[in-house]
Amino acid sequence: MAAATDERNFKVIGTRPIRHDGVDKVTGRARYGADYAFPDMLHGKMLRSPYAHARIKSIKVDKALALPGVKAVVTSADFPELPDKMEAAGEAPVNLAHLSENLMARDKVLYDGHAIAAVAATSPHIAEEAVKLIEVEYEVLPPAMTVEDAMKPGAPIINPKLRNKEEGDKPTNVAAHIQFKRGAVEAGFKEADFIVEREFRTAMVHQGYLEPHNAVAIYNADGKSTIYTSTQGSFAVRALASAVAGVPETSLKVVPAEIGGGFGGKLTIYLDPIALVLSKKTGHPVKMVMSRADVLRATGPTSGSTIRCKMGCTRDGKLTAAEIWMAYEAGAYPGSPVGAGAMTIIAPYNIPNMIIDAYDVVVNRPKTAAYRAPGATNAAMASETIIDELAEKCGIDPIEFRLKNAVKEGDPQTAGPPYKRIGFIETLEAIKNSPHYKSKLEGPNRGRGVASGFWFNVGMNSSAVVNLNADATASLVIGSVDVGGTRAAQAMVAAEVLGIKAEDVRPSVADTDTIGYTDMTGGSRTAVTTGAAVFMAAEDAVRQLKERAAKRWEVKPEEVAYQDGVLSCGDKRMTIKEMAAQFARTGGPISGRASINLRSVGPSFATVCVDVEVDTDTGKVKILRATCAQDVGKALHPSYVEGQMQGGTAQGIGWALNEEYVYDDRGNLRNFGLLDYRMPTCLDLPQIETIIVEVPAPGHPIGSRGVGEVNIVPPPAAVANAIARATGVRMTELPMSPPRLLKALLKKRGSADTQVAAAGR
Amino acid sequence: MAAHGDKARALCGGTDLIIQMRAGVRRPEYVVDLKNIAALRQISFSMQHGLRLGAAVPAIEIHENADMRRYYPGLTEAAHLIGSLQIQSRASVGGNLCNGSPAADTIPALIAVAAKARVIGPQGERLVPVEEFCTAPGRTVLQPDEILIEFQIPTPAPHSSDAYQRFIPRNEMDIAVVGVGAAITLDPADDRCVAARIALGAVGPTPIFAREAAAALVGKRLDEASIDNAARAATAASSPIDDMRGTAEFRRHVVGVLTRRVVKLAAERARVAQSR
Amino acid sequence: MSKKVVVETTINGEATEFLCEPRQSLLEVLRDELELTGSKEGCLTGDCGACTVIINGRPTCSCLVLGVEAQGKKIDTIEGLARPEGLHVLQRKFLEHAALQCGICTPGFLMSAKALLDRNPSPTEAEIRYALAGNLCRCTGYDKIVRAVIDAANTLSGARAA
Repeated sequence: MAAATDERNFKVIGTRPIRHDGVDKVTGRARYGADYAFPDMLHGKMLRSPYAHARIKSIKVDKALALPGVKAVVTSADFPELPDKMEAAGEAPVNLAHLSENLMARDKVLYDGHAIAAVAATSPHIAEEAVKLIEVEYEVLPPAMTVEDAMKPGAPIINPKLRNKEEGDKPTNVAAHIQFKRGAVEAGFKEADFIVEREFRTAMVHQGYLEPHNAVAIYNADGKSTIYTSTQGSFAVRALASAVAGVPETSLKVVPAEIGGGFGGKLTIYLDPIALVLSKKTGHPVKMVMSRADVLRATGPTSGSTIRCKMGCTRDGKLTAAEIWMAYEAGAYPGSPVGAGAMTIIAPYNIPNMIIDAYDVVVNRPKTAAYRAPGATNAAMASETIIDELAEKCGIDPIEFRLKNAVKEGDPQTAGPPYKRIGFIETLEAIKNSPHYKSKLEGPNRGRGVASGFWFNVGMNSSAVVNLNADATASLVIGSVDVGGTRAAQAMVAAEVLGIKAEDVRPSVADTDTIGYTDMTGGSRTAVTTGAAVFMAAEDAVRQLKERAAKRWEVKPEEVAYQDGVLSCGDKRMTIKEMAAQFARTGGPISGRASINLRSVGPSFATVCVDVEVDTDTGKVKILRATCAQDVGKALHPSYVEGQMQGGTAQGIGWALNEEYVYDDRGNLRNFGLLDYRMPTCLDLPQIETIIVEVPAPGHPIGSRGVGEVNIVPPPAAVANAIARATGVRMTELPMSPPRLLKALLKKRGSADTQVAAAGR
Repeated sequence: MAAHGDKARALCGGTDLIIQMRAGVRRPEYVVDLKNIAALRQISFSMQHGLRLGAAVPAIEIHENADMRRYYPGLTEAAHLIGSLQIQSRASVGGNLCNGSPAADTIPALIAVAAKARVIGPQGERLVPVEEFCTAPGRTVLQPDEILIEFQIPTPAPHSSDAYQRFIPRNEMDIAVVGVGAAITLDPADDRCVAARIALGAVGPTPIFAREAAAALVGKRLDEASIDNAARAATAASSPIDDMRGTAEFRRHVVGVLTRRVVKLAAERARVAQSR
Repeated sequence: MSKKVVVETTINGEATEFLCEPRQSLLEVLRDELELTGSKEGCLTGDCGACTVIINGRPTCSCLVLGVEAQGKKIDTIEGLARPEGLHVLQRKFLEHAALQCGICTPGFLMSAKALLDRNPSPTEAEIRYALAGNLCRCTGYDKIVRAVIDAANTLSGARAA
């Protein structure tokens, strides 16, 4: 269902062709990173720290090396020391020292699972046995596991070199303090009739992609090397892996294998340079594949957080002020998404007076990585539940309350210029008018919750090549890896411009030597920026077609029209098929190209409505119904857009109810498997309804906005709001697992004062 | 098994053992596959002799067996809760018991129906009541040279039935945070409980046979008061710990909740069970 | 480490013989020895279902089966699902319904769904969800997968009725 109409008349965009890589993926033929094998290939395995925080006193590898079948062992001594400062490497500035140490610990291990050494052997079993023979002497140090622990005076210092601007030369665990301010906060709260203030905690959670990280590296005798890996960004792997391994960036070719899910977690690297150095040392191809335990212990989850949020509104539901303090776990090295959290937490609303203080805090947990709208979901859990509570206090429907305060074109963003045309109000209207919201929800312990979310898009760099074949089909070459329908969507863009069928475009995802520089599949940018590049590359091909026709008809190229695969000028007509067949006689092959840097793209909003039923004897929540409305600008392939909305909603529900990292008091991760890291199964979710809202993004050739991320932002708050309406209990901690919810329910039941959980805690 | 003693470990479905070997939790030098022994793969039921359930029968075959569903619905639903269908294709009740996990779903259900485990070894054979089988987490009375052959379970008395429920955070694929099995026999004349057995899982170092909980029901009508007493006794019999799957406080509460639910369910089934 | 063992089995209808170490799982044998890499490794603990194959008609996690246990068994993998004349109806419906995004879980889902439809040609949605509960998908939220299996079942029963 499209809530906004689009006057443009697309022929291919907006249809639902079979995806081009589909048959490979339903027959088992698609090659993911772990499916690659080469003659004489060795298998690499990693030794990982059993301690959350310890100094490495010595590492002895001779017993491991003596095991028959073992070909090499590497430690941090085999990798160059890199500068401890932010440097441009690939798509964004990176602290290469932190990156390198995260992949192979140098003096200290900073989390349970931190890599210490790697072995290459003739079989994975031998490599595993050898790992157990490496002897490491540790001096165990006390860990700091939470932002509260790490910010306390006298907390164990995790990275002795870390400083922040405010504390001068004092060692600290606070990597950064970011502040946003507007208006006069105190005065704003004076205008308020209702104020709600609460403190929230959200647990560290993992992206949970089903495919563990992998890499196969081949270092050749001529100094050239190749890495096959499942990644969201092959050029990022090239930049980062070459730096960590100490080889020239362009001596390395990265071949992006099919990728079994990423959600942001495969934007950075873990195994690639390790496998490369092992390959260099042994002269063999080396394959490394993580176990699930390695994935959970040592790859980047997203931050757990503590957020104190205070908001006020007038009796008639106008927000007057917000005061927010937020601290996010960065993991062992700086770089939590707290900045994004701060910029998104009240982004959907016009609040004249606000102050946001945000802290990036290192803790003895794995270095966090991006996870679908990083930082925004934690933040929305706080702001969107408080909005709901304010609406309840005002006696206003939660959607009406949001409509009263919703941002639109021209309103200020939290940081930066005013919004251009956006579709937040349209997502609210879509939910308000949905069959779901209009339906009656009856029965005991049932409740309906609504929440909204905001997320940016990034533009960045993309390249595309469109080659026209003699039969008027085309090949399309892109550098954006296909995590969930990219090939199909991009082929549709090319087909739209060329006036041919989507099936007649054959898309390929190319390696770093075959296509121009292309940034990662992430940041909701692929459909948008690569889409624009493909659009322009196809236009380039059309321009060449017109030039050919103009030459032949002896007219100016501007006089030639092209529509639906037909070139025309006056009464002269020629089909693309006829022209393509003659390319050799009319000036050679036709190949369109575009390499672009897209700066301004349209952000996206989503609103989610959830119905729940609470088992008040056990605290277990059943999701009865869920609907997601999202502004996608223009849906390229609606089925895969719906899939993104459903997938993000499902991940958000998992985050809401059961997913969390559980550490013991020594800092060891307890639930490092998929039995106890509980992602939703298909029995835990209802059918997830979707409403595609299309408010075209200004300045984009198709009007696309990113569709991949914002859908995860609202669900935890929506579920919390539904629980509140079902039971009267306001939950402030994620996940809202049965033990937590039952405790809150029993507390409420045991207390005569039902206001015990109200404002001002 | 006799030749290699504690260097050997029996394999049935492998859904615990293979994971434990991979994680280095158990490191047997020899793995002996028992599931091709015919005696371990049989289900036979008769009104005269009761049930003989082979130790290696995969859970899925238990659920597909009409006698099992009819006469032992609680044990059958417990077997049907062990993991996914992919796991149930392999996992067996014998393996579930010998693995010795306090959270095993089938053990409280077996105790409720008064199952005895038939064990043989070089010294001969013995019958062990299931409530005496587990000695500590991961440990059982089974000697290294012994194997579990089958379960012998009496024919349900007239007007009796059983039930098993567990609490898990998701709706499938989890290990029980609390499990409760109950078997109830009623007097059809006045609906009084004439016999009961209640067992608890995941709330102590081994599955717990909660005799006091059952005693609270015997001779009584199954009304809110008597069931509440049984629930309180079950809670008192439990000794749970905090772990990543739930807190002790949560488990104590849920033992009571599930005891109420399971006793009611078993009683409902007993009321409609044909007199046999 | 002990000596390799010869195992005789049937894979996708073909008599197959392979050598494996007793400690190797069936998943390892399929992927590394027989180059049947369509079965995927997601967890090695039986919790994700990406390695699901059908053994003697039952869906099974191949990561929890030893290679040596394949002796004398009949094993079906994703590579055997399509026929020379075309895709299996489940494969077709997965494509039509966009029931896959990254695709890593897809072979496991298809094998679980096939095992279900082979035994129960007209399952309810609840039965489908139960049969697929051992397969994790992180991309789709399961909705389109469930629709695809419902549609495949309807197509199959339509074909039988005709």
